[in-house]
Amino acid sequence: MIELIAEIWQTARRNKLRTSLTGFAVAWGIFMLIVLLGAGNGLINAQQENNDRYVDNSMMVFGGMTSKAYGGLQEGRDIQLDNNDLAITQTRFSQNVDKAGAILYASGVTISVGENYVSSSLRGVYPMDQEINKKEIVAGRFINDIDIRDQRKVLIIPENQARELVPHNPRSLNGKTVKVGDLAFTVIGIEKEDKSRMSTEVTVPFTTLQTIYNYGNRVGRINFTFHGLATEQENEAFEKRYRATVNRQHQAAPDDEDAIWIWNRFTQAMQMAKGMNIIRTALWVIGLFTLLSGIVGVSNIMLITVRERTREFGIRKAIGASPMNILRIIIVESIIVTGFFGYIGMLLGFGANLYMDATLGSKPIETGLFTTTVFVNPTVGLGTCLGVTIVLIIAGTIAGLMPALKAARIRPIEALRAE
Amino acid sequence: MIHLHGVHKTYAGAQPLHVLKGIDLDIAEGELVSIMGASGSGKSTLLNILGILDDYDEGEYRLAGTLIKGLSETRAAEYRNRMIGFIFQSFNLIGFKTAVENVELPLFYQGVSRRKRHQMAMEELEKMGLTDWATHYPNEMSGGQRQRVAIARALVTRPQIILADEPTGALDSKTGVDVMELLKRLNREEKITMIIVTHDPNVASQTNRIIRIKDGVIEG
Repeated sequence: MIELIAEIWQTARRNKLRTSLTGFAVAWGIFMLIVLLGAGNGLINAQQENNDRYVDNSMMVFGGMTSKAYGGLQEGRDIQLDNNDLAITQTRFSQNVDKAGAILYASGVTISVGENYVSSSLRGVYPMDQEINKKEIVAGRFINDIDIRDQRKVLIIPENQARELVPHNPRSLNGKTVKVGDLAFTVIGIEKEDKSRMSTEVTVPFTTLQTIYNYGNRVGRINFTFHGLATEQENEAFEKRYRATVNRQHQAAPDDEDAIWIWNRFTQAMQMAKGMNIIRTALWVIGLFTLLSGIVGVSNIMLITVRERTREFGIRKAIGASPMNILRIIIVESIIVTGFFGYIGMLLGFGANLYMDATLGSKPIETGLFTTTVFVNPTVGLGTCLGVTIVLIIAGTIAGLMPALKAARIRPIEALRAE
Repeated sequence: MIHLHGVHKTYAGAQPLHVLKGIDLDIAEGELVSIMGASGSGKSTLLNILGILDDYDEGEYRLAGTLIKGLSETRAAEYRNRMIGFIFQSFNLIGFKTAVENVELPLFYQGVSRRKRHQMAMEELEKMGLTDWATHYPNEMSGGQRQRVAIARALVTRPQIILADEPTGALDSKTGVDVMELLKRLNREEKITMIIVTHDPNVASQTNRIIRIKDGVIEG
């Protein structure tokens, strides 16, 4: 093998310009493939990072408006979820539901400490909200069950709002008393601000908000985590059952899909994953087609090489080279040319990806209200390198196959006759 | 060593060409023979068949007792490699390989190890008086030197027969004489069976036996 490679080096050196021009096409193909895959990964990673801010296996339920007349009642009625629905979610669906909670909002409140104040809105939640929405507490704690039971007037404030109230040491606000409108609340935790959206929501116990703002038994929206629903069908079946049960509580048709809205993050994530796979496949296809033009180039050049070396192959055959020996020379040469320039393209592609990572990847886009990153880690992994290597070897073989067969068929008599 | 009996060869085509019309030929071990004939007489075709470069249609050809007929390309290559040494008019050395690399090539296809190969090739070049030229490329050598490299390449595998196609055709007369002397000496001293195809009567006259071919049959 070493001798074969040494021999190929001897011949490749004789045609530097031609070999490098061909190589450029291959390098370009691989370069494009790597850059495309890297950019695709960047987009996918950014999307995934967004998704990671929620727990996948959770659903959120909103009240809607009936779209069907049912039980003597007209369509077009507003449905308000209430404590009863929350209780049903917890008890009747305990087979799948882990923890259920609800969320209520109150907007347009002013929070003040001494002279400083911020306008904010309140979000009443259950303790499980921390898990579902992955709230990160940087000081103090989140809402607990006792807060809920006793309707305590406590709150968790995002760090950016705390900074408005206590500019130099926002975390010192933890444990202090602040005024929410006219009511005194105790700050029990500082929440890490979420830069992907405006963090102006202050979190309070659900029951506290429900009582203070006279929501009666209304609960706004219900959210819960679940388990044991692995497939899309199982999820659909569960949603159907859930919808029928809740609809019935509100005298709405069990199959009325507009009476309540269900947002299932799990099936959403599943569909997202499907979409990502499609994107990834499409990128591979585009990249491979770019590479194809390079392969055709290599094949072309190898054909010319075979023609030029007809006499040499004739001599080799006359002194004992088998067709297999000749075939191998051409195919290995093709693989080496493809592989060598392919790897150059791959390295340049990595370089471009790193450049992308250093520029677009690390600079979040500042919209004023929130920040977002288009590319997260737009690079390709070891698996892709391996895949590309295999692609290169296969490509080289295919490119060399036709010329090699032609070379192997050379008849020594004819080759030696050609003066 | 060589036994041909009733060998026929026809080239297919729009107008089939019956080139060899029943060749009977026996060449004993250690003989130095020449084959003479005008162009189109079939001597090249005969040489190709003797060299297992081409197949024939009828009859039989035995080389050192082995029937050579209807071989696969791979087998033919193997037989060529082990039994036959070729010397061509235009030397047919590979231009981007040095003299010693050219001589090594048949051994490479036999799967001889690199070191052994190099050693054998150097010995052969030494016999030709070309030790100092071993690392030179063919285009740095004279015609006579090139032909001697080609002879070394033909001999390195210790073949049963040497087939030489106009070995002096591309050389000036003085060098041609030297090469002929070399071939004669090899035949005499190493008892190598040698077949020289030529149309030069001077060359033919130096051999033990002249085989004349005309219109696809052997004369006389």
